[in-house]
Amino acid sequence: MIHRPLLIRGGRVVDPSQGVDEVLDLLLVNGAVSALSKNVGPAAEAREIDATGLVVTPGLIDPHVHLREPGQEHKETIASGARAAAAGGITSVCAMPNTDPPIDDPATVGFVVAEGRRVGAARVYPMGTISVGMAGEALTEFGEMVEAGAVAVTDDGHPVMDSGLMRLALEYAQAFGIPVVDHPEDLSLSRDGSMNEGLVSSRLGLKGKPNASEDIHIVRDILLAELTGGRIHLQHVSTRHGVEAIRRAKGQGVQVTAEAAPHHLLLTDEAVDGYRTEAKMNPPLRSPEDRDAVRQGLLDGTLDMVATDHAPHHYDEKEAAFDDAPNGVVGLETSLGLIHTHFVEKGLMDLGTMVERMSLAPARVFNLPGGTLKVGGPGDVTVFDPQAEWVVDPKLFLSKSRNTPFAGWKLKGKPRYTVVGGVVVWEAK
Amino acid sequence: MSESVSLLGKDLIGLEPLSRDQIVTILDTAEHFKDVSERKVKKVPVLRGKTIVNLFFEASTRTRISFEFAQKRLSADTVNIATSASSVVKGETLVDTARNLEAMRIDMVVMRHASSGAAGFLAERIPSNVVNAGDGRHEHPTQGLLDMLTIRDHLGRLEGLNVCIVGDVLHSRVARSNIFGLLKLGAHVAVSGPKTLLPVRMEELGVQVFPRVEEALEWADVINVLRLQLERMKAGYVPSLREYNRFYGITRARLDAAPRDILVLHPGPMNRGVEIDSDVADGPNQVILKQVTNGVAVRMAVLYLLAGGTPEIAHTVREVEET
Repeated sequence: MIHRPLLIRGGRVVDPSQGVDEVLDLLLVNGAVSALSKNVGPAAEAREIDATGLVVTPGLIDPHVHLREPGQEHKETIASGARAAAAGGITSVCAMPNTDPPIDDPATVGFVVAEGRRVGAARVYPMGTISVGMAGEALTEFGEMVEAGAVAVTDDGHPVMDSGLMRLALEYAQAFGIPVVDHPEDLSLSRDGSMNEGLVSSRLGLKGKPNASEDIHIVRDILLAELTGGRIHLQHVSTRHGVEAIRRAKGQGVQVTAEAAPHHLLLTDEAVDGYRTEAKMNPPLRSPEDRDAVRQGLLDGTLDMVATDHAPHHYDEKEAAFDDAPNGVVGLETSLGLIHTHFVEKGLMDLGTMVERMSLAPARVFNLPGGTLKVGGPGDVTVFDPQAEWVVDPKLFLSKSRNTPFAGWKLKGKPRYTVVGGVVVWEAK
Repeated sequence: MSESVSLLGKDLIGLEPLSRDQIVTILDTAEHFKDVSERKVKKVPVLRGKTIVNLFFEASTRTRISFEFAQKRLSADTVNIATSASSVVKGETLVDTARNLEAMRIDMVVMRHASSGAAGFLAERIPSNVVNAGDGRHEHPTQGLLDMLTIRDHLGRLEGLNVCIVGDVLHSRVARSNIFGLLKLGAHVAVSGPKTLLPVRMEELGVQVFPRVEEALEWADVINVLRLQLERMKAGYVPSLREYNRFYGITRARLDAAPRDILVLHPGPMNRGVEIDSDVADGPNQVILKQVTNGVAVRMAVLYLLAGGTPEIAHTVREVEET
């Protein structure tokens, strides 16, 4: 399908892939970047957007979202999740495979890819599972799933407990150029836990998950990546020792990448006090020292990227006693505002670094199109207003679910236009 | 009685949110209710016309019966719901169960639930008074109160006493309520037990930790001995009940070796020969059945205060009833 060209004029273009941070015009033609320069001439039939005072970046990429389809469509669908992404200024998402049935064969991968294309609001890149049925026993068909469109493999939510199987995955994945993605958690240490193990869990009488349950698998995965020469990507790192282990491993040349979630960057286990189920997720919110280490890790690049771990749950499911509520928070519609407000506006991070952590890095690690506005690259663009102040109101989310710990937070920085393949898929009213 | 907010607020969820004065008020009010149970006609009309639902999602005999006696002696109308008889088994949520009860115009709910925080969760969602009869590992406030009342009865005070909770503190709502309540009233609090059964970072709550029970007994004026559930052994927290008794059991010999007489409490039900030996359970220093008796008075006081009563009027009621 041929769309009208799109000319985004006069915005501050921030594109770390080419070291650009200046006011430029961006022309998208036939779904791709056609020109990026000062004073692009009028293009025939083009829709023009005046981006004066706005920031124009390569489309943001969220490498960790749960779209819940197939099987749990009451929480989210590929369509609602993709629209929520677009509303959050996110043009591409990696969809986790812990659906029902899980995405553990090429046919299911193909379904998610096709449904993502049909919806078109954001690019949807499924990950396949590491093990058949996420049972942690036998490898899935990595090769065929990659051919069908999977960009990585992970048993997210069902950590691979068998180190031998993880070794095989790290070896077998190499031929297909994909990283193995792990939710690092030693279940023998965390089983039945519902929050961080610490003073708050002792006070509330909730079973805790100690940092060590995460640290042990982070270190294990690093050792196995070193052993096999494979590529490991560690999800939602939440502990100080975890960050430190990754920093050391990177220094030693191990192929390890990692992500940080906005909630781990901004909250601690104090947020659980009062048994707030909207602050229940896995890994749990941890101590202030851990939060600070995760922040430092994101700032110095030890943690390569921001990933929301967008985990929608129906309000009935979260409307329960703490132990009985499921893990997870939604994140697609708040991540840009949160990171911009609490890192860029506070002077901890420049815009270029933010774009690197929220677009370029995930594009590189998962070998996705995008992450750049180079001429010829895909026309995926995020345009946001760095001055716009807004208050998080879950009722306005396009996601089917509202489970956020950030309701009522006042943020600065709001998406204005989200462009996928040269087409405006979402714009602020 | 006034319909305005009671001295305790709307609910009794735990002792952690209560002030020192509120706790003292409950204990003092309980004093007024103690003798109602000693009379020939064990009834006062202070909750006449009030409807109370005892909603027990977990099996309980003594707590439920204690609440029921308290309610009947206050002349309230009560309904008991146990899980097997409830619609919970049909998949109804806690909120829906509560709302349905609410729709039948009840005044109070006394709830026990297996999940920590369940009582507070319910209290935030219904206008009735909610009394926590034990939520998961969180709190069991009326047990904490009756333990404190029993200690006060026997030693005349709480302030400055050394009280040690012995055993499975990790899984114990009784322990948390005792810790929060005793600290507020100026007692020194310690815990003792295998490290596998103690919550982390207790020191930061102002609680001493004794890894060996002998050290605890050297320190304590009072011990509160927790029940060791068989499941803990199956889950590997302790290797065997025999070994637990050997190293943490409260035995006559251990008490005799302590530098002073120690008051012994146990919230029940007891595992004789495991956490407590029979010659202690039946011995001179224990006040275990006094706790049970005090439980009724404390629960009467809590229900009465939540319904808007005041300690002064409780006193008057007693006078009037006695004439």
